[in-house]
Amino acid sequence: MDFSLVQRVFPFFVEAAWITIEISALSLALGLIVAFLVAAAKMSRSLPLRIFGSAYVSLFRGTPCLIQLFVLYFGGPQIGINLEPCAAGVIGLGLNIGAYMAEAIRGAILSVDRGQTEAARSIGFSRFQTMRKVVLPQAARLMIRPLGVNAVALVKGSALVSTISVVELTYTAQRYIGSTYKPFEIFGVAAVLYMLIVYVVARIVDLIDRRYAIA
Amino acid sequence: MQGLDFSVVPPYAEILWMGVWWTVVLTVTAAVISFVFGVVFALVVLYAPKTIALPVRAFMWLFMGTPLLLQLFLIYYGLGQLGFKIPALVAGIIGLGLHFAVYNADILRAGIVAVDVGQTEGARSLGFGRFQTLRYFIVPQAVRNTIPAMGNNLIVLLKESSLVSIIGIAELVHAAQLAISETFRPFEFYITVAALYYMLNLVLEAGLRRVEQNVEVSR
Repeated sequence: MDFSLVQRVFPFFVEAAWITIEISALSLALGLIVAFLVAAAKMSRSLPLRIFGSAYVSLFRGTPCLIQLFVLYFGGPQIGINLEPCAAGVIGLGLNIGAYMAEAIRGAILSVDRGQTEAARSIGFSRFQTMRKVVLPQAARLMIRPLGVNAVALVKGSALVSTISVVELTYTAQRYIGSTYKPFEIFGVAAVLYMLIVYVVARIVDLIDRRYAIA
Repeated sequence: MQGLDFSVVPPYAEILWMGVWWTVVLTVTAAVISFVFGVVFALVVLYAPKTIALPVRAFMWLFMGTPLLLQLFLIYYGLGQLGFKIPALVAGIIGLGLHFAVYNADILRAGIVAVDVGQTEGARSLGFGRFQTLRYFIVPQAVRNTIPAMGNNLIVLLKESSLVSIIGIAELVHAAQLAISETFRPFEFYITVAALYYMLNLVLEAGLRRVEQNVEVSR
């Protein structure tokens, strides 16, 4: 073990870790928006919307995230979409995690007892009101854990954007492994930072979960 | 902006099929490793003495908390530094295998704990040894109960196998990159690759459904 190397490269890794955090946070936000829209589409009364929702989830979950990023970043210019690496990374990761989160949201909504909907409808709530005032508040509690699992997966999945040259943790690690030939030390530094981020995300999810848990 | 032209793809069909073939080989080999080591890790964590169980737990914790891509770099360059001259393909298989072994072990550990104590008591009182009880009673039941969860891991494994293209293994993504370097048509080829993965995924899902049904029936 070469600790002077660790000491020397550490500041660069901290900087890279911030990029990982930013990319993850932005794609999480985009993913949540996409997820709610897709979940709503999948459960709507309109057939075309339902088909769109199902196709979206199926396509994005049925192909590798890496390929989705490549299509967007390398293929995008061919259809007139020119994106910076960071933007392509955030959009790619967000669209991808959105498909997974849509299923988490749908699962939570479906596990709210049907009687709740029936009761709300029979006392005169509209479909929208029923969803907004009765079903969603109960489902919100159930979706915290599954969404949290997705958020942790997203932090680790953000390593993929290193392949489209976003200088985040994994990109930095790869570069230093190549230039120093000290894979264990470099992996160690990156691993500590990743686990720190994952730990903080998991704690935040815990806190939210406890805050809204049924007493 | 150039128009899209999928007619550039068919001339590279042979290269892409080779890519599909290697992706399947990689996935199957890594799946076998991930299952075998998953069982081993689960048993070690549950039953081995602390001196062995603790390092394995630390390893699992490390591999669950970091990205697969980073682990692939560690194994590819790390084994080289330790003096093992291994081809990228082997490093990729080991990396994928170990990564998913950790997730399988986590599932199996829960599955083993969930097997009724009566099974152990029954087997032990019939005179089976501790190891025999695990081998013939507990692990088979745990494996059967966790097939759906491990099947999900297998589906993830198929998709994540695309990552090994980064360390230069000539699987599907790598095949596409080769074609792109000659044609400068990333969109067409990556969409084709996505479609191929999608089909592989459908086949795998159908296969898993059949396995699950068979397990249900034989219960």
